Amino acid sequence: MALPSYTETRYRIWHYIYITICTFVFFFLIAPLFVIFPLSFNAEEFLVFSEGMKNLDPDAFSLRWYKDMIYGTKNPWGLAAKNSFIIAIFATIGSIILGTLAALGLSSRHMPYKGIIMATLISPMIVPLIISGVAIFFFMAKVGLAATHAGIVLAHIILGTPFVVITVTATLSGFDHSVTRAAASLGSNPVNTFMKVTLPLILPGVISGGLFAFVTSFDEVVVVLFLAGLENTTIPIQMWTGLREQLSPTILAVATCLIILSTLILISAELLRRRSERLRGINR
Amino acid sequence: MSSEIKQILTTDGIPLEVSLKKAEKKNKIKAFLLVAPLLLFLIITYVFPIGEMFSRSIDDKMITNMLPKTFKEMEKWDGQELPPEEVFTAFYYDFKVLVEKQEHGKLGQRLNKEKNGFNSITKKLFRQVKRKKIDESISIKEQIMKVHKRWRTVEYWQAIKRTAPPYTMSKYLKGMDMYYAADGSITQVDEDRRIHRILWLRTLEIAFFVTLFCFLMGYPIAHLLATLPMKYSNLLMICVLLPFWTSLLVRTASWMILLQQQGVVNDFFVMIGLVADDNRPEMMYNKVGTYVAMTQILLPFMVLPLYSVMKTISPSLMRAGKSLGGTPFVAFYKVYFPLTIPGIGAGCLLVFILAIGYYITPALVGGASGTLISNQIAFHMKQTLDWSFASAMGLMLLSGVLVIYWIYNKLVGVDNIKLG
Repeated sequence: MALPSYTETRYRIWHYIYITICTFVFFFLIAPLFVIFPLSFNAEEFLVFSEGMKNLDPDAFSLRWYKDMIYGTKNPWGLAAKNSFIIAIFATIGSIILGTLAALGLSSRHMPYKGIIMATLISPMIVPLIISGVAIFFFMAKVGLAATHAGIVLAHIILGTPFVVITVTATLSGFDHSVTRAAASLGSNPVNTFMKVTLPLILPGVISGGLFAFVTSFDEVVVVLFLAGLENTTIPIQMWTGLREQLSPTILAVATCLIILSTLILISAELLRRRSERLRGINR
Repeated sequence: MSSEIKQILTTDGIPLEVSLKKAEKKNKIKAFLLVAPLLLFLIITYVFPIGEMFSRSIDDKMITNMLPKTFKEMEKWDGQELPPEEVFTAFYYDFKVLVEKQEHGKLGQRLNKEKNGFNSITKKLFRQVKRKKIDESISIKEQIMKVHKRWRTVEYWQAIKRTAPPYTMSKYLKGMDMYYAADGSITQVDEDRRIHRILWLRTLEIAFFVTLFCFLMGYPIAHLLATLPMKYSNLLMICVLLPFWTSLLVRTASWMILLQQQGVVNDFFVMIGLVADDNRPEMMYNKVGTYVAMTQILLPFMVLPLYSVMKTISPSLMRAGKSLGGTPFVAFYKVYFPLTIPGIGAGCLLVFILAIGYYITPALVGGASGTLISNQIAFHMKQTLDWSFASAMGLMLLSGVLVIYWIYNKLVGVDNIKLG
């Protein structure tokens, strides 16, 4: 953002203030994430930068907390990670199927009561999680699914579908319906048309909705706190207990892994978005 | 010519209008069937349970079922003086049943909530009934009144009468620090015990200021992102998107590390000489921690809607404003700013809705003075197990959120929510 040479001094000053503010805000957004990296390699047990770390003494750094995370005897991270992945994968599949079907229906111009139905389908995203947690807990307790994987998966499908509905509806809004009519006129049945024509075109939207659903499930703690028993502990539950009770550097090792995971997800989401824009012919 | 001849017929001989309507209806059903699985699933697992929260929050059937005879007799009692013999007799027989079922303790606890002192006098009465000290052939009223002086006090019988209806609004009143007084009127609790009102106000205050901070910080960077050339803005966008995709607990953990007394922020303050080393301020476990952490966590939800609106504003509009004689400030204020109002509305409402129901971050960094209404709900769900009160508080919060959601829907439209 170079300023034109004729800019008056006071606007020049304003411009620099503006750039400073922006720099500060970007720093505020991103810097907290980076404090975790070095501390997770801390050789000591405290969550502060030791003198050795400040002087970049190699002895002050170690992998002991990563070893503890993987091999630690009392550490529940292995079970938690397994549970988290199982639950998130099933919840994602469920959200994608239900959400995509619903989005297809909602995008049809024949859909009756579109507004109110859309508002209902999106509501789990808007209603405070604590209320969703209480309501889902009452339901799961009644049908006997509290403290089971199935119960948590169902709960996460509830929370994940709004994202799929939103992203797929957005993709379908630029969708040219004449291609499905063309397929039909060439003798394809509706299921075949969907699989061969519609799905490949909306796939980026479906996958990015699925990513949202995955992250929602993988990161969800409020509802799981109500639903989970000891057997169903997940990574967020373990982090939550750890942060409340004893803040150990092992948590930072886990957090570092999670940041790497979210970076990977961010990259795939960005690539998908660009691909989707290219497919839909939006050039910026 | 009659109108029937004018009608256009399809090849099957059916009027086109009828045929079209039929086809449209078929399409409608098809579209609805696609939505039906998710809608049904949500209604069963989500919408109904929220409705159940409501019935749970006003439910007071337990005591109604415990004292059926008493409440029937009490209908005839005017509630002014001590009830007549029949009420005492009915109460005695109800109580006897409860003693056999060993449920007298529950009755005592429930009545104690209505009026303090019931717990001990029901225990006293229980001992008398258990030892069969009460002679059913003579006046039961006299004998019960002898058990304890409170059984001779009309206020206690009035309290029992108040519990008669199977539904009660008392949980909602409790959520607003009010209760039913002896005469049935709604009264406020003493000033020093109004904890819930403080929590509601604090929740609103924190949600409001977090929204304001997010707006003040989000607007400039959304503007920068929207006006920079693509190759730079994509890079900076990562600064917004990476926190957005990162686990909430990870971000909260990083704030706990930064804000602790020996943490990086305090170290920095000591280094630049803002505070003394032995006098490091407490920045966590209070409101400061909640504000800072929540603002950073919710900031992407402000930036993304603002960005998507600002991206559509052509830069030539600002140039036109300036060329017509406006200073950059005037051009910004009169041209650019009004065009971004839809984005401001969307971002602010979204952040406010999310902030008002926040639970995790305040629970971890908020301490006692930084907790919100959600924490109180969780407390009653997990610790006191007063689920009906938790439901009542939850629904009070939900009604507030739904009002904002409704406004959001009117202003922005839920189908215009953009992600990423």
